Amino acid sequence: MLQTKNKTGLVFFPAFDWAIDPTHPEREERLLYTQDQVLEEGILDIEGIEEFKPELVTVEDVQRIHFCVPDVQSVMTESHFISAGGAKKIGTVVLEKQVDNGFALVRPPGHHAMRVVHGARGFCNVNIEAIMLEYLRATYNIKKVAIVDTDCHHGDGTQDIYWHDPDTLFISMHQDGRTLYPGSGFINELGGPNAVGKTLNIPLPPNTSEEGFLYAIKEIVLPVLDDFKPDLIINSAGQDNHYTDPITNMNFSAQGYAELTSLLKPDIAVLEGGYSIEGALPYVNVGIILAMAGIDYSKVKEPDYDPVKIRQTADVTDCIKQTGEKVLTCWQQRERLKKQTCESNGFEERTRNIYYDTDNISERQAEKIRICAECGGAIRIDSSSDRGYHILAVHIPAHACKACRETGYQWYDEKNKGFDMILLQDRTTDQFHERKP
Amino acid sequence: MIIGLDVGGTHTDVVLLDKKGLVKDVKVPTDPSDLFNTVLTGLEKITEDIHHREITRVVLSTTLTTNAIAQKKMTRVGMIVSGGPGIDPENYRTNGNYYTVSGSIDHRGREIQPVNPVEIQGVVERLMDAGIRHVGVVGKFSTRNPDHETTIGSILEDSFEKIFLGHQVSGNLNFPRRIATTFFKAAAYSAHKAFFESVKKSLDKKGFEIPIYILKADGGTISFEASIDYPGQTILSGPAASVMGATVFAPENEDVVVIDIGGTTTDIAVLINRVPVLEPLGIEISGYKTLIRALKTRSIGLGGDSAVKVNDGKLEIGPERLGPAMAFGGPSPTSTDALSVLGLIQNSDREKAVQGITPIAEAFGESVEKTASMIFDDSCREILNQVQDIVANINSKPVYTVHELMEGYQVKPEKILVLGGPAPYFAKRLDEMSDFRVDVVPAWHVANAIGAALARTTCEVSLFADTGKGLAVSPEEKFSNKVNRNYNKTEAVKDAGDLLNKKALQIGASAEDFEMEVVEHIQFNMVRGFSTTGKNIRVKVQVKPGIIHGYGSISIKQGK
Repeated sequence: MLQTKNKTGLVFFPAFDWAIDPTHPEREERLLYTQDQVLEEGILDIEGIEEFKPELVTVEDVQRIHFCVPDVQSVMTESHFISAGGAKKIGTVVLEKQVDNGFALVRPPGHHAMRVVHGARGFCNVNIEAIMLEYLRATYNIKKVAIVDTDCHHGDGTQDIYWHDPDTLFISMHQDGRTLYPGSGFINELGGPNAVGKTLNIPLPPNTSEEGFLYAIKEIVLPVLDDFKPDLIINSAGQDNHYTDPITNMNFSAQGYAELTSLLKPDIAVLEGGYSIEGALPYVNVGIILAMAGIDYSKVKEPDYDPVKIRQTADVTDCIKQTGEKVLTCWQQRERLKKQTCESNGFEERTRNIYYDTDNISERQAEKIRICAECGGAIRIDSSSDRGYHILAVHIPAHACKACRETGYQWYDEKNKGFDMILLQDRTTDQFHERKP
Repeated sequence: MIIGLDVGGTHTDVVLLDKKGLVKDVKVPTDPSDLFNTVLTGLEKITEDIHHREITRVVLSTTLTTNAIAQKKMTRVGMIVSGGPGIDPENYRTNGNYYTVSGSIDHRGREIQPVNPVEIQGVVERLMDAGIRHVGVVGKFSTRNPDHETTIGSILEDSFEKIFLGHQVSGNLNFPRRIATTFFKAAAYSAHKAFFESVKKSLDKKGFEIPIYILKADGGTISFEASIDYPGQTILSGPAASVMGATVFAPENEDVVVIDIGGTTTDIAVLINRVPVLEPLGIEISGYKTLIRALKTRSIGLGGDSAVKVNDGKLEIGPERLGPAMAFGGPSPTSTDALSVLGLIQNSDREKAVQGITPIAEAFGESVEKTASMIFDDSCREILNQVQDIVANINSKPVYTVHELMEGYQVKPEKILVLGGPAPYFAKRLDEMSDFRVDVVPAWHVANAIGAALARTTCEVSLFADTGKGLAVSPEEKFSNKVNRNYNKTEAVKDAGDLLNKKALQIGASAEDFEMEVVEHIQFNMVRGFSTTGKNIRVKVQVKPGIIHGYGSISIKQGK
C-alpha cells in the first residue's frame, strides 16, 4: 500500500462551469484532463493525502490586500471567491497542522493582480496567494514568509503587493520579460526603499530546460531561502514553463516540476497558470502532488517526454549562471542598499501606467511611501482609470511604527477633492475604512 | 408473496411478505462454517405450510463472499496489470501472481504504447506453470478505451478457464480500485457460483422454481443468474439490508438518519427522500478500496454485546465482543447488561446483569443503577456524535463547479429511525438526549430481511463521448458508437438511459421499477488554438435505489 512521507492536503477546484470566455485559455476545460489523471491514478485514496472542500473568502479577507474599484463584488465573480477560498483553506489546514503541506489546485489564478484592482489583468482579478497569506498572518503567529513564483510569467501582481514589505521575500523566476507578458521582472527590480532586496527576479532565457530551472532553484533560490529563514514557504506553482505550453517558450517537464517541488519543499503550493491542458497539466500536477507527499514520482512522464529533445543550449546555461551571480550579489548587498535608501529621510514617489489586458483598462497610479527604517512604511496611492474612477488609497502595514501609522491617518483624513473614494487599510487593527471625500 | 433472507453474524432472519404486510418471520442461528445449510434451513422454515406457487420471488442477503474474503478462502488468481506513465502499479499488488506489463492508454483513450504479445505470452506460461485458472486483466484508463484489456484477454483465452477484464467492473475512473475490484471479482467467482447454484438446485428440487435475487452492497438487488458475473457486488450487503428495511418506512421529502444497533456494531446511514446516500466510489474490503457500489455507512464498534470495562479510571464500551451479555449467560458485562439492570429488558437474568455491572460501579464509587445509566448514556452519546460526523462528512464532500459549491444540497436530518435488537430502548433515550425526532422502525427485529425482500434491482451506467474523436463509449456495457459533431449532452443522457434500461432488465429488474436518475452530466467544449474541435461529454446514470413496485406502502404491526 502506498503511504506518504508527508501528510499532504489538497483542494481541488476546477471550476467546471466558469470561463473568461469560451475559447479563452482560462476556460471550463482547463483542469478536466488533470482531474481525469488525478482520479485514475487514485491519488485521493492514498493514505496521507487528504482532500478538502474550499471555503469562500470574505470581503474582509480581500480588503486586507486589495483596493477594489468600485468595490469587491464588482471585480470578483463567485469563482474568484472560491479559488481564493481554496488557497485560504489549504493555508488554514497547514497552519492548524492537520497536514504537513498542501496544494491548492484551483482556478482562476491570481499572481498578476496588484494591490489596486480596477479589473482583470493577465487572467487574474484578485491575488489568491496574498489573500491567503494575509489571512494567515492575521490569524496565526507568522511573520517571515517567502513566496517563490515559478510560473512562466513574472508574478508582477504579487511583486506589487509585497514591494514594500520587508517581512515577505518574493522571488519570481520566469521567462525573460523582453520576450513575454507582462514585460517586467528584471534583475534590478529589488523592492521599495524599506524592503530592498526582498524582491528578487530571476529572468530566464527562452528554451530554458530542466537543467536551467533546477540550477536556478539549487544555486539561487535555496541559498537565499537558507539565509532568510522564512516561517513559511509559498510556491505560486504555475505550470506554463512546460515544453508543450501554447503561450510561452520554455522547455520544462513534469519530472522537472516534481524535482523542483521536492527541492523547494513549499509548505503551501497554489496553482497559477499553465495552459497545455492535455499534454502537460495532467502529468505536472500529478508530479507536484506526489513530490509534496514524498511519494516516488520517477514514472510520472508525459507520453512524448524526451529529455534530449528539450535540452537547453550552452548559451542558455551560461546566461542563467550570469543572472544567478547578479541576483545573489543583490541579495548579499541588501542591508547596505537599504541603509543607503533609508538615509534619505522623507518620502519616495513613483508614478506608473498599469494596463489591464484581460479587461482592457488603463490605470494611472502615483504611489508615495514614507521611508522608514522601523517598518514597511505607510503607503499612499492615487489611482485613476480610463473607466472614470479616481481613488485615494492608504495602506498602513501590520507592524507599522507610530510615525507611519500617524502619517497614514493624516493622508486618509486630509481634505481632498476630486476623488470618488478614499480608502484605508489599517493592518495594525486589521480594519478597512472608507470615507466619502 | 416474497421471501427476504438476511444472514447475520449470529442469526439469520427470514420474512414472508405479501402486498399488505408481514405474513410470517423466523430466526435461525447462523452457522458460519455451513452457510448453505443456514440458508436452506431458513427457507425451509419460512415455507412450511406455504404452497410454492404462491411465492413469486426470493431475495438473499448473505455474507458468503465477505466471509470468503475474510477467511482468505478465495480462488488463486493471476493478475496482469498495465499502467504506463504515473504511479508504479507495483504499489497496488493484490497477490503473488501479479504481473505488470507494458502498454498504455492516455486520459482521452488514445494508445500511447501498444501491448507486447510476446511479453504477455511469457506471463501466460508463468501463470500456467503456477496452476492458475482465473486471470484478471486491468489497464489504466481502460474505461476510456478497453482495447488493451480485450487484446490481452484474447491472448489468454485459450489457456485459462475464465478471464476478468477491468473495464467490466465499473465505468468509473480509478486504476488502483479497478485492480482491487477485478481481483476480488476473479477470486470470489467460483465460491459465489458454486454456492448459489446449490441453493438454486435445492429450491428447484423442492418445486420452488422461483426467481432468486441477491442483495448488493448498494441496497439494490440483482438476479441470481446475473450475479454470477458480478460476485463482488454482493460483498457486504448486511448494512444494505437494514438500511433498505428502514427505507420502507421512511418519510418522503426528508433527510433521515438510520441507525442499526447490532450485537457487535452499530451502523449508521443517511436517507435523502427515501433514497440512501451511496459511497462516492465504492467500499473498502480487507484494506483495499474498491469500485464496488455501496451505501455510505459508518460502522462503530458499539453494540448490545460490546464489552464494558474500566481502563485508567475511564469507562470503555467496545469495540470488542467477548460473548453475549451476562444477563443472557455471557462471560463479562456488556451494554445489554446495563439495559437489563435498568429493567428495560424483559426475560433477562437481571441478577446476573447486576453481578456484572457491580465491579464497574465500585470502581466509580457509584450505585449499580447509576453506573448502568452512565453506560447507556455514554453509548447513546457516542452514537449521536457519530451521526453528526457522518452528516458533516457527507456535506463536506468536495464539488467541482461553482454552481454546486454555492447551491449544492446540504443534508440536514431532523429524524432518526432505529432498528436492530435493542432498538426501542435506544430510540427512547436518543430522543431524550438530542433534538432529533427518533422512532423505531416497525418490525425492527426483522426489518433487515424485509429490506432485502423489497429492494429493487439497481445498476449504473457511465457514458463518455468525445465528438472530436467522433465516439461515444461505455466500455463496461460493451458500447461504442460513432457520433457526429452535433452529438450533445441530451443525446448522451438518452443513450446512457437506453443502456441502463437494457442492463437493468438483463440483471433482473421489472420494467415498472425502472426509475432513472442522472448522477452526473457535464459537457465541455474542447478548444485547440482558438477554435472548438469538439465536445467532451461525461454522463452517469443509475436506477434509483428503492422499494419494488406495489410494496411501497405496506403496513407492519408493531411487534408480531
